[in-house]
Amino acid sequence: MSSLVSERIRARFPDAVVEAHQQHGDDTVVVRREALLDVLRFLRDEPDLDFRMPLDVTCVDRLAMGERPRDHVDAMNPPLTDPDPVPRGPGLKPRFEVVYHLRSLSRARGQVIRVKVRVDEDDARVPSAVGLFKGFNWFEREVFDMFGIRFEGHPDLRRILLYPEFQGHPLRKDYPRRGHQPRVPMPRLRGDQVPGVTVPKE
Amino acid sequence: MANKTAVEVGRDLHTEVLQVNMGPSHPAMHGTVRIHLWLDGETVADADVDIGYLHRGFEKMAEAGTWSKVIPYTDRLNYVSPLINNVGYCGAVEKLLGLEITERCKYVRVFVSEVSRICDHLTAIGASALEVGAFTPFLWAMQAREEFYFLIEMITGARVTTSYTRIGGLRWDLPEGWVERYEHCERRLMSLLDDIETLLTRNRIFIDRNADVGVMKADDAIAWGFTGPCLRAAGVDYDVRKAQPYLVYDRLEFDVPIGHKGDNYDRYLVRLEEIRQSVRIIRQVIRDIPEGPVNVNDWRVVLPPKDQVYDTIEGMIAHFEIIMKGVQVPPGEAYYAVEGGNGEVGFYVVSDGGGRPYRVHVRPPCFAIMQGLRDMIVGGMVADIIPTFDSINMIGGEIDR
Repeated sequence: MSSLVSERIRARFPDAVVEAHQQHGDDTVVVRREALLDVLRFLRDEPDLDFRMPLDVTCVDRLAMGERPRDHVDAMNPPLTDPDPVPRGPGLKPRFEVVYHLRSLSRARGQVIRVKVRVDEDDARVPSAVGLFKGFNWFEREVFDMFGIRFEGHPDLRRILLYPEFQGHPLRKDYPRRGHQPRVPMPRLRGDQVPGVTVPKE
Repeated sequence: MANKTAVEVGRDLHTEVLQVNMGPSHPAMHGTVRIHLWLDGETVADADVDIGYLHRGFEKMAEAGTWSKVIPYTDRLNYVSPLINNVGYCGAVEKLLGLEITERCKYVRVFVSEVSRICDHLTAIGASALEVGAFTPFLWAMQAREEFYFLIEMITGARVTTSYTRIGGLRWDLPEGWVERYEHCERRLMSLLDDIETLLTRNRIFIDRNADVGVMKADDAIAWGFTGPCLRAAGVDYDVRKAQPYLVYDRLEFDVPIGHKGDNYDRYLVRLEEIRQSVRIIRQVIRDIPEGPVNVNDWRVVLPPKDQVYDTIEGMIAHFEIIMKGVQVPPGEAYYAVEGGNGEVGFYVVSDGGGRPYRVHVRPPCFAIMQGLRDMIVGGMVADIIPTFDSINMIGGEIDR
């Protein structure tokens, strides 16, 4: 049996793996969304894999893949306030790639595996992995905050770095680099529910 | 009317849960964190840790310029140990380029990383003493840190905003007399560290305030994604420098101290011992560091020397290619992790084959650790929040990016 973890996943879930590569020594596997939780559970619970440490969840917006500067002025000073923020690159479909990094605590040299799921803009939903790795809680909230990916089954999916009234998702490639936000009305201090805060029940 | 028993009095004293905002304008919250507390008397019934007060959009800014223009931004991530971030980011881009840096550069990067780690741990130790009322060890730790800041200033030209590494090498080699300067720092550090230890390690008040407070068990710590001193204090023998050695860490001898309870006191002891291990690493670096260039000899990546730029057409073209178009990084993705002051600092970089980063994501260690803060403070006393919060050494610049 191959020692590559991606090969193990392919052998165990033959239908789930879309793509796998080992670029720069990073073992990477792209799986179908429906199989994500099964793959993550397999990685965590299989005794000789033992990928117990949740490292990171992030996302890549592939809308502007292949975009090139228009001219040397553009190359020197990339526009910060582009009137037309729609990227000029060919882009890739599906648009978003949610990237999970896990680290094994027992395999040789602390191996890292990268698991990716691709979802499109009109269906930006991914099952939440918080039930498997509670350490993914804030990371998924951050991806929701910055990219607007909805993690289904997340216990507390709300913005984390930005304020609740923020409009849009700033790390999307079609969000302008110097985008402006509308003014948020001052909440009345007495009697109003503080946004984003839930009061625990008795 | 008959006298009431203690139980009956307690039944009459109905209490209600009190909501308190701790921070962001609180001296101990660094101005960057709000903890929304639900208090039952002096006990913390529930807590909601709210971050984001220092969000600057690092990852969005990184996409704007060329690959080299990200380096100054990385200084502002963990501003107590900026050199480790510089090393991590440049390492990630070099991994994407498939570039092997020179031997001397590797040793210099290890040296500056360990100096930064000492600064980081000194800050954490000094502040954790300060939070329980011990002012003198804090001043001593700052005094020792100041010596190292002078050393860093001598090497990089800046105390905090270092921007020392470059893709494929360094800004410049170590300056004349760096060994003597370091040895002076080490002597001061060792004497101050002994003094700090004398005042704190067996201090009754310090132990009472810190032992068995803010406990995080090993299994939970792994599940929350803890790394660094907080994870090792829980008893997990995990260090990126050992688990996935980068630069020349596999050639250097050092031990990884671990605790067994995972409380504040263990975190203090782990950090204290890691300072001594860092000193041990630096001594080996000074012994082994080879002569030679610090930059790779490849003008597609590293700026050519100035006389070549001014006097030859090739040098000038190479210079302008890097400044205007940026280092051409082939398409792909890479994850490169270094052991920062607080744990694993990972850089996930994606290139679509141009001179600008397509995506730069940093995996900040504090972000994962702050998730676990709620579990560490709920059920404890209000007064224990401050030492616990400080023992994880939260750095706002890194957590909010």
